[in-house]
Formats: sequence, C-alpha cells, structure tokens
Amino acid sequence: MPLQQHAFADVADVHDRLRAAGYLADHAIATTVFLADRLRKPLLVEGPAGVGKTELAKALASATGAELIRLQCYEGLDEARALYEWNYKKQLLRIQAGRDEAWDETHDDIFSDEFLLSRPLLTAIRRTEPTVLLVDETDKADVEVEGLLLEVLSDFQVTIPELGTIVAHQRPLVVLTSNATRELSEALKRRCLYLHLGYPSPAREKEIVLACVPELPERLAEAIVGTIRALRAMELKKVPSIAETIDWARTVLALGIDTFDEEAVASTLGVVLKHVSDQARAIGQLKLGSN
Amino acid sequence: MSLLDRTVVFTAALRQAGMAVSSAETVDAVRALTAVGPLDREALRAGFAATMCKRPTNRVTFDTLFDLYFPPVIGDGLSVDDFLAGEDGTPGTATDPSRPAGAPDSEHDLELLRQALRGELLDVLLRGDDEELRRLAREAVTRFGSAPGAPGRRSWFAYRALRALSPDTLVADLLSAMLGDQEAGGLAERVARQTIIERIRAFEEMVASEVRRRLAEERGADAAAKSAVKPLAEQVDFLRASQRDLAELRRLVHPLARRLATRLTARRRLGRSGRLDFRRTVRSSLATGGVPLETRHRPHKPHKPELVVLCDVSGSVASFAHFTLLLTHALREQFARVRAFAFIDTTDEITRFLRGADLGDMMARIANGADLVWFDGHSDYGHAFEVFADRYPEAVGPKTSLLVLGDARNNYRATAAPVFGKLCAQARHAYWLNPEPRTYWGSGDSATRAYADLVDEMVECRNVEQLQTFIERLLPS
Repeated sequence: MPLQQHAFADVADVHDRLRAAGYLADHAIATTVFLADRLRKPLLVEGPAGVGKTELAKALASATGAELIRLQCYEGLDEARALYEWNYKKQLLRIQAGRDEAWDETHDDIFSDEFLLSRPLLTAIRRTEPTVLLVDETDKADVEVEGLLLEVLSDFQVTIPELGTIVAHQRPLVVLTSNATRELSEALKRRCLYLHLGYPSPAREKEIVLACVPELPERLAEAIVGTIRALRAMELKKVPSIAETIDWARTVLALGIDTFDEEAVASTLGVVLKHVSDQARAIGQLKLGSN
Repeated sequence: MSLLDRTVVFTAALRQAGMAVSSAETVDAVRALTAVGPLDREALRAGFAATMCKRPTNRVTFDTLFDLYFPPVIGDGLSVDDFLAGEDGTPGTATDPSRPAGAPDSEHDLELLRQALRGELLDVLLRGDDEELRRLAREAVTRFGSAPGAPGRRSWFAYRALRALSPDTLVADLLSAMLGDQEAGGLAERVARQTIIERIRAFEEMVASEVRRRLAEERGADAAAKSAVKPLAEQVDFLRASQRDLAELRRLVHPLARRLATRLTARRRLGRSGRLDFRRTVRSSLATGGVPLETRHRPHKPHKPELVVLCDVSGSVASFAHFTLLLTHALREQFARVRAFAFIDTTDEITRFLRGADLGDMMARIANGADLVWFDGHSDYGHAFEVFADRYPEAVGPKTSLLVLGDARNNYRATAAPVFGKLCAQARHAYWLNPEPRTYWGSGDSATRAYADLVDEMVECRNVEQLQTFIERLLPS
C-alpha cells in the first residue's frame, strides 16, 4: 500500500477546517478526528439521535475535499447490498447472446468488471481519490454485517473469488455511526476509535444555533438554549437534541417572536417535545399553564 | 516515570476498575499519545478516551482515573502552563508565594479569606467561567480541605472545602443577580435555577476531583484509585442507591428497554423460520426462469407471555419496584398484556397508573391513589396474597407469567403460603425477584424460605445487570 497522505496537520487544523465546513467541533471531537486521520483507524461515533453524528461525517468529507460514500444500514442488509453483487440478469442475457461460444470464453467474460454491481463498501475501496466512507446507523444492521465490516475495515481489501483480491489504493477515512439501540460487538469496537457525542455545553450549543440560524438575535439564542437545558434536566421520554434546538430557533425566527416568554414556549413546545406526556410534564414543571 | 510507563500503569488501573482494555487498544493509546503530544492535556484525554473507553457508561470512571494518573497540576497548583510562564519571570501560581500552603493561618485571616473566596465564587458562578471555577476549587481545597491525618501525612476532605464555601447558600443571590429586573417565578427563574444548579454541581465535582488528586499525591495514584471509583450504573445496588443514583437509573429505563427489545427480536428472527410461503416462493422463482432456487418462508408468530407483576411498594424496596415496573412497562410490546398490582399489607391494581401520562412520580401517585394499607402500613405478604387471590381471581391464568417483586420481609406475620402456592400453580411461570443479597435470605423476618419453593425460581436481583439477565431469560425466543 502506498504511503498515506495525512489530511490534517494538527488538532487546531481539524478544528478550523471543520468550522469552515460548517461544523463546530469541540476539543475532544477535533482531537479524535485528528487521530482517526493519523492512525487511519475507523471512527465509531455513538450518541443519541440528532446530536450531529452524520453531520460530522459530511463535514469531514467537505473539509478534506473527499467524496462521501454512504452505506445506510437497516435490518436485513446483506453482503449483496453492502459489498458487491453479480448482475445475474445481465449475465443471463450475455450467455443467451453467445450460444455458440465455448464455455471457457463465456465464463471469463461474464465474471468481469462489466457484470459487477459495486456497492458502497467496494466502491469506497476501489476509489483512487480521497474518500470518506460513512456507515450510518450501524446498530440497525444485523450481527452478520458487523462480521463483514470487521473484515473489510481491518485490511481494506475485498476478495472476489472470480476476480481476485482488491486492495484499497488509499485507505478511506471511515466513520461509523450508532444510536446505541444495541451494543456493537467488542471486536468491532476494538478496531475503531470511539467518540461519544453527547449534548454540548451551553456555550457551544449557543454557537451552533447562531451558526445555523445566523439571523437569530443572540439574546433569543441564549434563552432557547437555557430552556432546552431545563427540559433536558427533566425525566423525559425523548430528550430534545441539538437538531430540535435548531428547529426551535428556526420556528421562533419564522414566527417573529421577540421575547421568549411562557406564552412563546407553550405555543411552540411541539417543535421540541414529541410525546404528549413529555409536553404535559414540561408544562407542569415550567409552570407554563398558569398564564 | 516516563509517559509510556504512566500510560501502562493507567491502563492497569482502568482494568482494575472493571473496564475491558485490550493490549491492542493500549498500543493504539500510545500511538495516540505520540500523535497528539503530551503537552495538551485535554487532547491527551480525548485520545485515550477514543482508544480505551468505548462505552459511555465507563466514561465517569475513565475521567476520574485520568485525573488521578495525569493530574493537571501538582502540589498547591503548579501547572505546566505556570511552569512555562514562570520561565519568563511572571509568577503564575495561584498561591501567594509569601505564605506557603499548610502554614498555620490565624483564625481571623482564614475567615477573611473565606469571605473573599465566597465573593469570588459568586462572581465566577455568575459568569460560568470553567477555568476560573477550577482555580477556585483548587484554592478552596488547598486552604480549607486538609486535616492532619496519620503522622507526617495530611488528609483531604471535599466536605471541609465545600462547608467552608457552602456554594448552595449562594443560590438566592445568584438567582436575583441573574434575573435582574425580570419577575421572579415562571420560566425565566426556572431556567436560571437550572443553570445555577448545573454550575454548582460542576464546582462540587471539581472540588471532589481536586481532593482525589491531592490524595493521590499523598498516597500514590494506585491507592487513591481504589477508593475513588464508583460502581457503574448497572451495578448500583437498588437498596442502597442514593437519590441521584435513582434518577440516573430512571434515565436508563428507556434505552435499556430499547436495547433489550432489539436483542429479543433479533434472537427471535434468528430462530428457524416457519412454514413454506408458496405464493412468495413461486413469485420469486420467476426471476430465475421458473426454477425455485430459493424458498420463502412465513415468519414465526412470536409467543408473547401475559405478565402479571405483583410488587411490594413499602419503604425501602419501593425504588426497586419502581424501576422494575418502569422497565416492564417500557417493554410492554414484548408482552401480550401487562397487569401490575401493588401491595403493602393489602393489594390493589395499579395498571391504571402505568398508563398515566407521566411515569416519573408514579410512586407518589400510587401511594396517594391506590388502596394499599389495610391495618398498619407494614409489609404483610400473607394478607396481601389473600386479598389478591380473593379480589382478582381471573388475573392469573394458564398463559400468565407471574412476577413477584419484594424482599419477603413479612414482619413475622402469617405467610399464607397455601394461597400463594395455588396462585403459582395456576400460572404458567412464577418468578420472584428479590433485591436482597442471597446470603440475607431467610434471616430475621424474611419469609423467603416459605415462598422460595412455591415459585419456579427465586432470583437475586440487586442491580440493573441482574435484572437485565433475568428479563432476557423470561422472554422465550
């Protein structure tokens, strides 16, 4: 394998370039991304929904000028959907078209690149340009897929019996995301760098809101973030995440609300809390009903 | 000790605390160390966390140990930054050089210092500046946190430092300063209060970690590590859990239920599939020219048990019952039906409280709304079982799994074992979850002996881990 080019010079460089790509990373995120690049290990990002796991991969792609290749995991995802598949319909046509040919010729012909359907994992390995491979919602996939990922991610090579072994020209940066609906296997975790994304500090969250909704007055952003934190401290079924904070900020802006008071919160609560019981609880604890 | 040695010792401490760190991960950690360099402490922390701490529940343990083995400062607060600054001739230490730490201050001086620190703390809490807050924590521990311990040693206590500054008494001042001319009560106050509480908690945590650091300096990191590490949330004993632990446990319910549910469905799916689906087999054979290369099968109908939970909600076991009820309720899709009954010395159905909008204060509403006390409000399993059998004869049927939660501490009353035995015989399965350690069973007023043989199994269930194992077993694949 040829020598790897490092994408980032140091941690501060990661920070600046992610920011330029529209992602505000804190120190821990920047360091971990930097290490993922330096050690060329896959990065497993875990955390609740809506804290920007997928966004991080996208920002990483745009910061390094790489193309993002995405493998969305779901229940029942298999090798044929993740790695490669022979286009057997086309192969059948080819066999029928050349009825008089000798078998050897046909055989060589139908197992060639032309009949290979390349799926995200193989695509990422074969690319010669810089690549970020995003394996999204890894926890949704079955355990067998994890085994496949182990093999591909540790050596960055794929063996296709009819074609031989394909080795990556350049190791792609790999980001795996997980909502932790189930524990990923120890073996997979061991091969990855691990980053847990939680809810950000108030200062960083305010910055994120202002970066995403620049027209919003700072005073309102602060009020929204403060209220969101109060909501997170309650025992809710679904705790509002950053995505919801941003939605709330957009809503406030769109409705032209300029004081973020009880009334404003009560009327827009549906944006952040998506369970009736959560809303009832919030209204009770924040005493929104009294006005 | 070189940084490499330090890393290895640190890894050993992580393992000692129950985290699984492989040698490959240690190698990665050292590579991370070389990549980020030793000077940026937070980067080093992030690098080590990325390579060695791969479960969010382990993070608190990891951070505690990291602070012990890679302290931010040494002694009374000499840090790398101060050291570098010191080379330029600017004194950067937090302590006044003219008065070495540990030198006896007069009472009056101490009181003045205390007032000054409190004032500063108020100011810093208001601004929410973490760096300043950490410096204050260090200062507070240096000045007020120590007491002479064994000869030639000093001991350090978080509560001494916190008592001197008593940050909790600052809340009122902080609130009024933060709210300014906004009216008290209502949303603004609630939000401000939340912010203040978070900052004070952070300060207390800083003081605690500073104390751990000083202890580590005094006795060595290994000795301090042993006492500093708290058990993981999954291993917290239900009966000994503090209020904060309980809140943490309740937060765990939904993710835990989700994880359990996924694992259970996955196990079900892995089992042999059901009967041949003729229509879909023919349909898919069209793609291969009418040759049925792959057969299709109907999925199995999952067997779902009916669950009846009968739980003791008296005093100390209540928190255990609460958590287990929440969890079974969150898992209700896995069961055909869940009915819950609670008792102290008489029994009432509480399924209606589980359906309520808000499960957080369920226990309080059960205590107010359900009819649980008949005689004196002390646990009476015998009478409770009699009432249950009498009033809800239809609840336990041949499809039901009966789950009893309680410590079987019966206050030396009649056990009504025959009635309970009949209930168990009616049920498909009967389990008893006991939050007491197995060694206590049968001691004192515990009636476990009378009941243990009647149920299919009496299970020790002291923490979330054990509960999780049990539920996985309860649901058949």
